[in-house]
Amino acid sequence: MDNRELNPVSANEPAPLPPGTVVARLASIGLLAAAIAGLFLYAGGWFNPHALTPAAMVDTFEHVDGVHPGFRRNHAKGVCVTGFFESNGQGQTLSKAQVFEAGRVPVIGRFALAGGQPYAADTPQTVRSLALLFKSPNGEEWRTAMLNIPVFPVNTPQAFHDFLVVTSPDPQTGKVDGAAVGAFVSKHPETAAALKILGSHAPSSGFSDGAYYALNAFRFVNAKGESIPVRWWIKPDQSTVTENSAATDKNYLFDALIAHLHSGPLRWHLMLIVGQPGDPTAEAASMWPADRQQIDAGTITIDTIESEDTSPTRDINFDPLILPDGISPSDDPLLSARSAAYSQSFTRREGEKKSPSAISTAEVAK
Amino acid sequence: MSTTTNPTQFAFLSRILHWLMAALLIAMLFIGVSMVCSLGDYNRLLAIHRPLGIAILILAAIRLITRLLTPAPALPQSVAPSERVIVKLSEFLLYALFIALPLVGWAMLSAGHYPIVMFGSVHLPPILPARPELYATLRKTHTILAYALFLTFLAHMSAVLFHTLVLRDGLLSRMVPWTVRPAKGESQS
Repeated sequence: MDNRELNPVSANEPAPLPPGTVVARLASIGLLAAAIAGLFLYAGGWFNPHALTPAAMVDTFEHVDGVHPGFRRNHAKGVCVTGFFESNGQGQTLSKAQVFEAGRVPVIGRFALAGGQPYAADTPQTVRSLALLFKSPNGEEWRTAMLNIPVFPVNTPQAFHDFLVVTSPDPQTGKVDGAAVGAFVSKHPETAAALKILGSHAPSSGFSDGAYYALNAFRFVNAKGESIPVRWWIKPDQSTVTENSAATDKNYLFDALIAHLHSGPLRWHLMLIVGQPGDPTAEAASMWPADRQQIDAGTITIDTIESEDTSPTRDINFDPLILPDGISPSDDPLLSARSAAYSQSFTRREGEKKSPSAISTAEVAK
Repeated sequence: MSTTTNPTQFAFLSRILHWLMAALLIAMLFIGVSMVCSLGDYNRLLAIHRPLGIAILILAAIRLITRLLTPAPALPQSVAPSERVIVKLSEFLLYALFIALPLVGWAMLSAGHYPIVMFGSVHLPPILPARPELYATLRKTHTILAYALFLTFLAHMSAVLFHTLVLRDGLLSRMVPWTVRPAKGESQS
């Protein structure tokens, strides 16, 4: 017997739908698919082309400094170093990260000049950076990119973007528009305050005798589970070095660093500034009160130097949010933005043909 | 044929994994596409993206093994022979993407010299040497595969809804998490 007669409404043979219902159901399916696709594109920023995205931030660097394929979009001119960190164990009161246990871990790093021009001439005023990567025995990494200025000029990604634009020289005149800078600063009192601090903070004579500041606050978590706001900076062991070489040579800062490292290792103390409850952690443009406790966590020794042309460090993204367990991001919005923009810059440059670094292998061998 | 060798539904584990993975994959696609255009939420989303990707890889492996070891229910008569080829291909494509996307992500971080952090101090070893040009290629591949997965998901969802709501052939009942009894006499047809 044909079972269809017994089961006229079985799943296999339903009564036919009226044509109008078929159309309505087809339309509903189409609408649902279109709505999901629309949400997906919305989440991907397709309907908001003027938002400040990681790509837009890096585009601005390319606009300001030009596109230099293969190079970092910021801190483009640099040289690679290696060394080690000898922890004295003091940092463990703040953080459970293995890097703070007493002992030695390898460090790789990169000295650089701020800005996206890989062949820019060294000047005393150009902001200098030192990026470091500490590798713990358990395989965890701590990457940090520090600057030789004690405060950052801005507090937010948008302000950073706008500051970058207004402080860039006009391509026609080669001059910075002072009125535009004034207008920006008057809208950003935190920048006015930061620029005042920076104005009274003379840069060191070179890379070797400079202090470098992490600027952003982080949260350290110790073995007891306590979360403590911390900022760090590194304090040079070598006192101010008077440069003999003329500051007119375009690589004079790097050449001095190379000469120093050829004559012996350079050392810095890793200083952890312990924040108090209420200290702002989302204001890179301001310093914490000067009386905050500082813990000397150990010594960073830099003893070898190598051109980017041969060093694997060229292909390392010094993303400040690559952190070991025991160091966490704070609520500082610049941290996530830096991480996102560095990743964008890294992705662009890794796919590009490489050009020789201004600090060539021959320069480093001098 | 008896219903024991020709079940009306996929294995219970397959059905549970299907809906769990559907939720995770949709969340993952939205997290991925959001984080790459976000400055403020980039880090928070990335911290979820990495371990969630590895979780999906593990679930996909369990699901693939379950799929291979348990019998699949027959397709309804309403699925034409030409459509059956598309069904097979789309199922293969979905499984391939479930496995390829996390693997490419893992390989990409390895090639980019990144630590592959899961949570706390737990991290995975690299599966490729650090090579810049490889990173760039895999990074692009990751995006292309993600868009491919999103489009395949939309096509899959639309096709199943078409069968369920318009043809009303009970196609969806093969995958619903609850037990659906076979229609009377179905095994004789």
